[in-house]
Amino acid sequence: MGKGSRTKVSTAQNFQLSTSESSSDHFTSSAMKVEQEGPAKKQRYVSKRREDDPGWKEEEPPYYFLFTTYLSYLVLICFGHLRDFFGKRFLSKNYKHLKEQNGYAPLNSDFDNFYVRRLKLRINDCFNRPVTGVPGRKITLLERETKDYCKTFQLTGTKRDCLNLSSYNYLGFAQSQGPCADAVEQTVRKYGISTCSPRNEVGTSNLHLQVESLVAKFVGKPAAMLISMGYATNSTTIPALASKGCLIISDELNHSSIVFGSRLAGAFIRVFKHNNMTDLESLLKECISQGQPRTHRPWKKILLIVEGLYSMEGSICNLPKIIELKKKYKFYLYVDEAHSIGALGPHGRGVCDYYGIDPNEVDILMGTLTKSFGAAGGYIAADKNIINHLRLTNHATIYAESMTPIVLQQIYTSMSIIMGEDGTNEGQERLERLAFNSRYLSTNLRRLGFIVYGDRDSPIIPLLLFNPAKIPAFSRECLKRNLAVVVVAYPATPMISSRARFCISAAHTKEDIDEILKICNEIGDILQLKLSSNKIRYTIEEVLRDGENNL
Amino acid sequence: METAYPPLNELFVFLNTTITQISIFYSHIPGSGILLKYIKNSHQNDPFRTILELLLVFFAIIYLFTKKYRTDNLIELTPQEVEELVDEWQPEPLVPQLSDEENEFDKIPVINGPQGPRVKLVNGKPLLNISSFDFLGLLSHDSIKEKAIKTLREYGVGSCGPPGFYGTVDVHTEIERKISDFLGTEDTIIYSQGFSTINSAIPSFCKRGDIIVADEGCNFSIQKGLQISRSIIKWYKHNNMEDLERVLRKIKDEDIETGRRLTRRFIVSEGLFENYGDITPLPNLIELKKKFKYRLILDESLSFGTLGKRGAGLTDYFDIDPNQVDMIVGSMCYSIASSGGFCSGSFEITEHQRISGPAYCYSASLPAMLTVAATESLKLLKQNPLLLSTLKFNTLLFKQLLHNIKYLLLNGSADSPVIHLRIDEGIVRVGDIEDKEKCLQDIVDEAMNNGVLLTRAKYNRTQELFSIEPSIRICISASFNKKEIEKTASVIKSAATKVLKNRVH
Ligand SMILES: Cc1ncc(COP(=O)(O)O)c(C=O)c1O
Ligand SMILES: Cc1ncc(COP(=O)(O)O)c(C=O)c1O
Repeated sequence: MGKGSRTKVSTAQNFQLSTSESSSDHFTSSAMKVEQEGPAKKQRYVSKRREDDPGWKEEEPPYYFLFTTYLSYLVLICFGHLRDFFGKRFLSKNYKHLKEQNGYAPLNSDFDNFYVRRLKLRINDCFNRPVTGVPGRKITLLERETKDYCKTFQLTGTKRDCLNLSSYNYLGFAQSQGPCADAVEQTVRKYGISTCSPRNEVGTSNLHLQVESLVAKFVGKPAAMLISMGYATNSTTIPALASKGCLIISDELNHSSIVFGSRLAGAFIRVFKHNNMTDLESLLKECISQGQPRTHRPWKKILLIVEGLYSMEGSICNLPKIIELKKKYKFYLYVDEAHSIGALGPHGRGVCDYYGIDPNEVDILMGTLTKSFGAAGGYIAADKNIINHLRLTNHATIYAESMTPIVLQQIYTSMSIIMGEDGTNEGQERLERLAFNSRYLSTNLRRLGFIVYGDRDSPIIPLLLFNPAKIPAFSRECLKRNLAVVVVAYPATPMISSRARFCISAAHTKEDIDEILKICNEIGDILQLKLSSNKIRYTIEEVLRDGENNL
Repeated sequence: METAYPPLNELFVFLNTTITQISIFYSHIPGSGILLKYIKNSHQNDPFRTILELLLVFFAIIYLFTKKYRTDNLIELTPQEVEELVDEWQPEPLVPQLSDEENEFDKIPVINGPQGPRVKLVNGKPLLNISSFDFLGLLSHDSIKEKAIKTLREYGVGSCGPPGFYGTVDVHTEIERKISDFLGTEDTIIYSQGFSTINSAIPSFCKRGDIIVADEGCNFSIQKGLQISRSIIKWYKHNNMEDLERVLRKIKDEDIETGRRLTRRFIVSEGLFENYGDITPLPNLIELKKKFKYRLILDESLSFGTLGKRGAGLTDYFDIDPNQVDMIVGSMCYSIASSGGFCSGSFEITEHQRISGPAYCYSASLPAMLTVAATESLKLLKQNPLLLSTLKFNTLLFKQLLHNIKYLLLNGSADSPVIHLRIDEGIVRVGDIEDKEKCLQDIVDEAMNNGVLLTRAKYNRTQELFSIEPSIRICISASFNKKEIEKTASVIKSAATKVLKNRVH
């Protein structure tokens, strides 16, 4: 994986010692008050490509664990079928919904439903956990219980405050106090709640134009447009860019919204191996030289769609190599920065910023505002003529509700803070804290012996669990220790590599992360998760003492 | 047999025992005896056959391990040729260059300040807005604002996660329950954008091989949902129940003819059509659906909150048990004046979407503030029956006033607050669609000069499946008083006269 090919980035120094006096903490959340070091000089961390960083996937588990993982699934599937066999004969009323009923075909086919019924149902308590309040540094879960093995849940009425490792709150803008919330309150009073009309009819307000020009400036493109839902940003824009006779090349791990949009476009779709530039290049060679299937006519155009930061792997796309290929193969490039915007780069401006690449090298920059900005919706940034075309052809601008004033205000204020336009360096501090937190947690989890995927700077940190039985076990053990984590399994990941996914935030303090490390260490010992073959292992005491060195 | 080398001897012993053990083990496998006998028999009868069979097995193995056969007949090219082809290939531009005329974006009005029945444009001009979908006038309601602010202080703005991963907030559960109670259904699921609701709900149930029968007048979102489902789609003429019956009967005949297995079947229609402003005859639809055993998906985006005694949509309007409709899909960005959409039905319907509705599972949930605003709107709707009667009154009044309008036709059912104004081609001489759109835009501009904000209904004409006659879409709101309705009506009349009078046949 392209370790050597990512060396285009300049060799600028990665940390600078801060010369300024200790910057006071501008975070408004009281929880953020905990300051890390003494008042004197402290290291600053910057999210920026380093030449010596290894790739996103360093190691596979020992064969023994692969074997037991497959075996566990085999046992689960056999038992599932066994239970179905007896269930269908002796408890047939539980299976009624899978059978034809007075002339109606079942809504779910028996086969498609097998996985849900036999594997997911039993660990349903790890998903869709209801919450309340702000999804910030901590999250408040509404506790629930089940009397029928996870078929239904009843709220117990009690709450549990957990450290939040699940929300996409990278820069900590999910807040109910502070400048963003104050500005939003004023906007509600002035502008009301909603717009009740599509953008292209009468749903455009001066706020839309203001925020669009700010977004364009932030990502470094001449123009931008906003769409009221991140998912729809992909699913309604891609059909406006490609059509029959065009080719869409897509990373195999691209988000569902990209798959949805590509399928609506009616273009031919080819998929390459995740972040694998050799595979991409050979696919490009094949597609361009062969032309369209059967007729062998040349393609009208080729659109390559990748994500900046992948939400399940924590891998950052190899943008320098892609740009190099783009020059040679003349495809158009569409980068989905849903997770990378705000979360990567010294200025938080996404994957281009991270690699030090001019955003104008990329044709279309898409991103969502749900994540780093604590708002909702998405944007498309590109050249003026592309945006003008999209405004007339994108489905969402014509048919869907336009973005609401409250969301617009949240974007405006949070983005201004990141850009430092509010006159403070709070934005910069948030970026640095996120950069430190990400690197600190991912490096030290590796040092403890866990198998962790993802690039070192990624705020998304997948910790590999492998065995299916460990998925609910990990989630429940974390919950016991007041840690809210997301666990993902097949079909969102390959069968064997089920994982827990941590999303780090600038709202977390170093103490929080030390706490997380302690908890993971404990659970890792209970569940035998420290599978790394790396000989150099730290104990938890060593990590807590020396964890900050050599990040 | 004695040998001088003891190790070799041991080896023989080892080999001997292993072979015996394997053969014993083999004979224990059920069916092994038969196989052995078969091979022996086959060999005794015909040694050539054994060789042939062995070859077959051999080829099967080779076939398994070679690359899969590709159907898209690739041409063999040398690396040199590939390089040349790559160098020669020139793509089309990513987007076509727009002409100035096409670039109508500048014509889109930009509102300065809040949306509502009375708005100001950026140039300071005050206008009566009879174009936004705020039927009940809840957009500028103070109690909703207060509730939203209270929520802001408890929940922040964004939900920062999809519903499956800690994005299910208690306020979502609350509005789901409130909507179910209001409609009278079992359960409801909330999506974060109205447009993406039905085009995600449809493909979560309809798969390849299923049959969907849909109204030709269905809105764009439904069309996209049908496209993505990859099901077999049959269309019936807009709001024509005889044609629906014909289509259903034809499918039934085909079923009998081809003996195809039973798959899921759906009828998809809108309650109040966005593109026509007319109401679907639900009782007939339900009768047909039952007769032919189809499930019914009804898009109530516009009818929810506008039709029926309680404003609960089409089932309320026709006094039909809502559980007769399998899926009621609605939007919270119209009457409810917030954002997002919902799908209501039985538990089976909603639970399935919670794990397989793409726009539900893979998108952040609706911000808490907008959710609470929707809950509050719904409460206001329940508490103020006056809202609905005012809406009805205004609709009737407007239609009465425009009843004798020349040059334009009023499309839409009598009770519908959505009215499409289309050019009366019996009187006016117009050309193609573009020409009509231009005429209508002139009317819109003229009305704007006189203080009324209108809009043409906008479409993506290259992707709409059926051609739709250009129109100006009017949405009546309960927040207008009598004078304002009279003013809009007279402005529209005079604008139409001014633009179209010298185009009369
Ligand atoms: C890559 C990518 N694109 C788009 C989206 C959809 O964004 P939203 O949650 O704002 O609808 C996501 C969300 O998870 C994503 O990961
Ligand atoms: C754009 C796109 N389309 C289609 C697919 C394949 O999806 P499926 O075969 O499930 O339709 C992928 C897979 O990654 C994809 O990225």
